This record gives sequence, structure tokens and C-alpha cells, in this order.
Amino acid sequence: MEWMVWTTPTAIFFSVIAAMLAGMTAWEVTSPSLERKGFLPIATTRGDRLFIGLLSTAYIHLMVVGFTPLSLWLALGISILWMLILMRWG
Amino acid sequence: MNKVQNNRAWWLILPMLLLVAFSAIIPLMTVVNYSVQDVFDANTRFFTGAEWFKEMLNDPELHAAVLRQFAFSLTVLAIEVPLGIGIALLMPKKGWQASAVLILVTMPLLIPWNVVGSIWQIFTRGDIGLMGWSLRELGYGYNITASPVDAWVTIILMDVWHWTPLIALLCYSGLRSIPDAYYQAARIDRASKWAVFRFIQLPKLTNVLVIGVLLRFMHSFMIYAEPFVLTGGGPGSSTTFLSQSLTTMAIGQQDLGPSAAFSLIYFLIILLVSWVFYTAIMNMQKDNKKEGEA
Repeated sequence: MEWMVWTTPTAIFFSVIAAMLAGMTAWEVTSPSLERKGFLPIATTRGDRLFIGLLSTAYIHLMVVGFTPLSLWLALGISILWMLILMRWG
Repeated sequence: MNKVQNNRAWWLILPMLLLVAFSAIIPLMTVVNYSVQDVFDANTRFFTGAEWFKEMLNDPELHAAVLRQFAFSLTVLAIEVPLGIGIALLMPKKGWQASAVLILVTMPLLIPWNVVGSIWQIFTRGDIGLMGWSLRELGYGYNITASPVDAWVTIILMDVWHWTPLIALLCYSGLRSIPDAYYQAARIDRASKWAVFRFIQLPKLTNVLVIGVLLRFMHSFMIYAEPFVLTGGGPGSSTTFLSQSLTTMAIGQQDLGPSAAFSLIYFLIILLVSWVFYTAIMNMQKDNKKEGEA
């Protein structure tokens, strides 16, 4: 795998994504998700909310990196909080 | 009723998943790896963290390219969609004329991108090109290699020429699927042509139009070969769109780190827009179904 020029942070990043997908699959098998309407303007399933969360998380990180001097850890913190809110009430 | 869940059939998509992993997912992961490093060769690389992203997001040239890209995509959509609908409405409905017009309209869609670029490159030349020569004879100093306005107008004309037929074809098939009963009812009500268009044809075209807009947006957002052949991104960088900036950076200058970071940002923009369009289509269909049931 040397040609893929792995680094520890990217390895952790992809492991977390893979773990999320595996976790979501296991969760879906044990208790299938129902589509429901939260504060988002559209009805979503759990998977939809995870996708929306990941996509908005990417944008949060880009905003913080590109346009503020703040630390990336702050972006990560905000993202995790946003993800939890979205998964629970979205 | 207890429905037995048997999901073993999902294993059948495993070969496809492996292929996609090999051709798309693993290369994309590699791009992510490149985006956080400065890679010189197989053995020399340095970890840079989010440095490249910061640089790319603050690069004024890329800001300009993103703005140009959106301006271009929105302009071609604003021209091609109404024009396509208009052409579809004018196309003959049956007989040999219908087939003949269909073939004529479809012709530009069959021409490969860089051939379209070459056709227009020659067409617009001042010395041998029909359009370039005619405009000069008429007294307008038309020159796409010197005037950004000329270059822009020409690229938009070229895109309209190449891709309006797609919208026209989609709308034509949408119009053909409207049952005659609607038109008969409209005739009984003595509805005007405009009312027929506004309250029968346009609503029935919504679905094909959403698909058309989505396809045209994606296509125009990734446009590369046509402007590259026609203007090479010039004059200056006035017609350099996103994919061309990216190619120059990645292939021309071998700046793998920054171009990887830039690719990911580009990818995120396309992902967001596609998702919004997709969700819009899906919700529209849901609403239509509800209306049908009510």
C-alpha cells in the first residue's frame, strides 16, 4: 500500500468513515430506520441524515481552514456536535 | 403479516462493488492522501496537514475560476432551457417531417467534444472561418484570441449549439407523452395557446426538465475540451474554467498536493449540487404521487 502514500491522519479518517458505515449497517439490521420529518425541510432516513451530516461537516472544515485562523480541532468539535443534533432531531 | 427479510441477493452486487472500488474509491482515497502531503517522488514526501486546502481556498485565481464556472453554467442553462422548450414545441408531431427534423436536431449531439471545439475554432477564424470572416467584412473587429467578450460569447454560442438539442429532445419526448384528452379539454374551454403551455405542457414537462437541467449543469460544470480547443482558456485566463485550472496545476506543473486539495473541493461542490438536484427530483415525484392519490 506504499504507492497510496498513506498518512496516519488519513488512515484514521477512512477508518472512522468505514466504522460509521459498518455501524449504520448493523444498526439498520437490528432496527430498520423509518423515514421521518425533523427540523430539515425534507423527510429523511438515518442514512440520509448521516450523508447530510458528513457533507455539511466537510464544508464546516473547509470554512474553518480557509477563512478563519481557528484550529481544526474546533471545526471537528462543531462538526461532531452538529452531527449529533442532526442525527437526533434532523 | 410477517415479511421474511432475506437480503442474500445483495451479495450479487459484490463484483460491481469490487470494480468500483478498484476504479473509483481507492483512487479517490489516494487523492485524499496526496492532499495532505507534499509529494516529490515515491520516497520523498512531507506531511503538510491542511496547508494546501488553506492555500487553494484563498487562491484568487481559483476564486475567479469558480465564479467564471458558475457564470458559465448558469448562462448556458438560462439560454438552453427556454430555447430547448421552444424548439420542442415547434417540432412537427408526426409524419416524415418529424423524423427528418429529429435527425437534424440530434446531429450536434453526435459530435465529440474536441471536434466541436475544432469546428468552432476554424469557424471563428478571421482569415478562413465563415463566421469570423463575415463579421470582419461587416466591420466588427471580431477576435476571440484578443477580446474576452468575443471569446465568452463564442464559447456560450458553441455550448448552446452543441447541447440545446439535448433539452429539445427531452422536452419533445415529454410533450409526446401528454394524452390528447388534455388538449381536447383545453379546446372545449377555448384556452389560449399560452394557457395550454402554462397549465398543461409546462407542468407535464417538469420531470424531464429537472433531468435536463441536472445533466446540463453537471456537464457544463465539468466542461474541458471545447473551450480548451477553442480558446485555450484565453485571452489571459478569461475563459479558463475549473477543470482546466485543475489540469494545468496537476499535469502541467505537477503540483500534486495542491491539485489534490483542489480536486476534493471541486468534488464537494459537485456532490452538493448533485445531491440538491437529486433530492429536489425525488421530492417532486413524491408530491406528484400524493397529488395523484388525493
